[in-house]
Amino acid sequence: MGTNATVAKPPKAAKFRGEVFINNDRCKGCGFCIEFCPPKVLVTSEKYNRHGYHPPALANETGCTGCDLCGLYCPDFAIYGIRVPIEGAVAQRA
Amino acid sequence: MGMTTAVNPVEPLLRSERMPHLWCPGCGIGTTVNCFARALERSKLPLDKVAVVSGIGCTGRVAGYINLDSFHTTHGRAIPFATGLKLANPDLTVAVYSGDGDLISIGGNHFIHAARRNVDIKVICVNNFIYGMTGGQVAPTTPLGAVATTAPYGSFERPFNLPFLAESSGAVYVARWTAYHVQHIAHSMTEALRKKGFSFIEILAPCPTLYQRRNKLGDGLDTMRYYKERSVIKNGASTRDLDLDFQGEITVGKFVDVERPTLQETMDRLYRQRLEDRYFGWRQP
Amino acid sequence: MNLVHADPKTVLTGAHFMDGNHAACEGAIAAGANFAAGYPITPSTEIVERFAARAPLVGATFLQMEDELASSIAILGAAWGGAKSFTVTSGPGFSLMMEHIGFAAMTETPSVFVDVQRGGPSTGLPTLPAQADMMQARWGSHGDYEIIALSPSSPQECFDVMIDAFNFAERYRNPVFVMMDESVGHMTEKVVIPSADRVLLVPRRYTCLPPSEYLPFKPSPDGIPEMARMGQGYHFHVTGLTHDASGYPAINAQTQQELLSRLVGKIRNDADKIARAEERQIEDARIVLVAYGITARVALRAVQLAREERIPAGLLRPIVVWPFPEKRIRELAGQAKAFIVVEMNQGQIVHEVERGVAGRARTVLVPHAGGAVHRPEAILEVIREVAQWA
Repeated sequence: MGTNATVAKPPKAAKFRGEVFINNDRCKGCGFCIEFCPPKVLVTSEKYNRHGYHPPALANETGCTGCDLCGLYCPDFAIYGIRVPIEGAVAQRA
Repeated sequence: MGMTTAVNPVEPLLRSERMPHLWCPGCGIGTTVNCFARALERSKLPLDKVAVVSGIGCTGRVAGYINLDSFHTTHGRAIPFATGLKLANPDLTVAVYSGDGDLISIGGNHFIHAARRNVDIKVICVNNFIYGMTGGQVAPTTPLGAVATTAPYGSFERPFNLPFLAESSGAVYVARWTAYHVQHIAHSMTEALRKKGFSFIEILAPCPTLYQRRNKLGDGLDTMRYYKERSVIKNGASTRDLDLDFQGEITVGKFVDVERPTLQETMDRLYRQRLEDRYFGWRQP
Repeated sequence: MNLVHADPKTVLTGAHFMDGNHAACEGAIAAGANFAAGYPITPSTEIVERFAARAPLVGATFLQMEDELASSIAILGAAWGGAKSFTVTSGPGFSLMMEHIGFAAMTETPSVFVDVQRGGPSTGLPTLPAQADMMQARWGSHGDYEIIALSPSSPQECFDVMIDAFNFAERYRNPVFVMMDESVGHMTEKVVIPSADRVLLVPRRYTCLPPSEYLPFKPSPDGIPEMARMGQGYHFHVTGLTHDASGYPAINAQTQQELLSRLVGKIRNDADKIARAEERQIEDARIVLVAYGITARVALRAVQLAREERIPAGLLRPIVVWPFPEKRIRELAGQAKAFIVVEMNQGQIVHEVERGVAGRARTVLVPHAGGAVHRPEAILEVIREVAQWA
C-alpha cells in the first residue's frame, strides 16, 4: 500500500491484487482517472503520447485495488483495472 | 504489467477501428459509454438484440462508436426513428442515446409524445447545457445567465427541468446523474434496460471546450469536481424540484420508477378486446 | 430477381367501388406493407384511416405520429426493423418530410411516400387538387439524390402503382413517391384487386454473407448494397453522414464522389427499365400532349375532340414521372412538331419536356393554378392554335 492507502482498501485484500492497463495513445489527458482513483495510485506521466498528451502512469505498483473506477471514468477508453487472484493465474474483472 | 488476457470491459462494445473518437479531452460523453457497457453486461440482454439510435450532435456520435446495430439519424428525430424500429421489431431493446439539444430542443415534441405513449425505448440524454458540435450555442438546458455563443451576455431563458418534463409526459423511469456518478449511471442504465416502457436518464456532462471555457469554469476535471462537491443524491425527490441553476446545487438520483403498460401492450390488448379472433397479431418481419 | 406472391390473407381480391385513397391503401397492403405512420392532412387522410382499420386484421401496425417529421422517419426506423413501410401526406406535410427523404436516399432505406397533392403554396387549397409538388418530389431535400415517382390517373391505378412503388423501393433501396392528387384520391370508380398470386412482389434484398464478411454499403454488381437483418449479429451502422462501404462516416471528397455517383447512378442508369408511360394515338401524332395524373384524363378528352376535327394529336402519359421519360420525348421530338404539356401547376414537368425536345419542336404549356381540373375545351383551343402551324 502506498501513502494514500487510507482512501480505500481493496475488498478481499488477501485474495486479490489490482492491475491496471493503460492504452497510452488513446489518452487525451483529462485527468479523471488520476483524480478519482480511490487509492490514488495514478500520476500524470512525464512522457507524451503520439497525440501530445501526458497519459497517466502507475506510481504505486502494489496500491491498485483493481476497482476499475478508472475504467468507468476514462472518457477515452484508455485505462481499466482488473483484480487478479493472488494465488491463481486467471484474471477476473472487478 | 502482468501477462493477463483481460480486456477493457468497454472494448467489446466499441468499434475499436474507429478510435480515437472525436470527443474533446475532458468531455463526459465517453464516460457515459463506459457505464452503458457495464449496464449492457449486467442487464444480461443478448447484445445482438440491442440497437442504439442517435440523433445529431456530439452525443449523436455514440451510435457510430458502439458495436451494435446502430443508427445515426437526423437532428432531433432519433426517438421517432426508434419508435418505428421498436414497433416493427418488438424483440429488440432500443436505446436512444443523444444530447440535450437534439432530444429536447429540435426533438422535444417527439420526446413528450414518446413518453406519453410509453414507447418501450430507453432514452439516455447527455446534457452538457450547450450545442457542442455547432460551437457552443445556447440550448433549452442552458442555465439562466450562462454564456453561450448565441447568448454572449448570458442566457435569458428559463431552462427545462428534464426529469420533470419526462415524468409529466409519462415516462415510467426517470433518473438524473452527473458524469461523476459513474456507478449510479451504470446502475440506472441497467435498470432502464431491464424495464419495460419509456425510460429516461439525464446525465450532466462537461463540455470543457465550449460550455466550461466560455463560462470560465475551468476544464472537464474542474467540472467533475464541481459535480462531486455540489451534487446531492435525493432518490425519490419530486421532479418538480429539480431545476438547475448556474453552478448551483445539483439534485441527482432516481426519481420515478413506476409500472404502466407500454404502447405495444396497450395496442395489443385493445385490438384483442375489440377484434377478438379477427386480430391478426403482428407479422414478424 | 426472384419475385414472391402477395399474401392471400391480406389481398382484398375482387371488384370494388372505391376511391383512389382507399385503393392506394389496399395497394400498399397487397404489396406487403406492414407498417405505416402518418399525420392527418387533407386530402390524404383516408389512406391512413383505412390502414388504421385494416392494420390489425392483416398483421400490420399503424401509428398516428405527432407530426410529419415523426411519421417520415418512423417509417424509416420500421424499414430497418424489417417492415415494409410507408407514409401518406399532402403539401404542407410533404414539405416537413423533406429532410427524411434525403435521409432515406442517403441510407438507401426502402420506403414509400404518398403525396395526395392539393393547391399550394402554404395551406393553399386543402380540399382541392393540384399537381404542384412534382418538382418538390424530385428536388425537395437538400443535396444530390435520385428518386422514383409514380403518378396514377385513376383509383385502379392508385392500387396498381402502390405495388410498383413498393417493388421499386425494395429493388433500388430508395425512397419512392406516389404523386396522387385530390381528384384521383377522392374519385370513386371500379377497382379490381387481383388474386394474391397475380400480385408479384420484390422481396427485400438481404445478405447471405456472415457478419464477418458483410459490409453494409458495399454495392452488389448492380450498384445496390444488400441489407442485413436487424438483431442477427451484423452490428451494422447506418448514418446520414457521407459513408464508405463499411457504413462508417468518411468525411472527404473522394468518398462523397463515390457514394453520390452510386446513389444517383443506380436510378439514372436504370431509367429506361423504370420508365412506364401510356401512349394514346401517338403513332401519327404531330401534336403530342404530355400529361399525368388526373390531368391526363382531361387531356385525353381533348385529344379525342381534336381527332374529331382531324387534328393529329396524341397523348403521352408518364406513369413513372421520375426519372422522367426523357428518351421517349427525344424520340417523339423527331416526329412531332409540337408538345403541349398540360399540368395543374404553373409549369413544372414542362421544363423536362423542353429539355428532352431540345429545340427540335415547340413546347407549349397549358397551366392551371389548381382547385379544379382543366376544361377539355380549353386544352382543345390550345391544340387548335398549335395545329395552325404544327
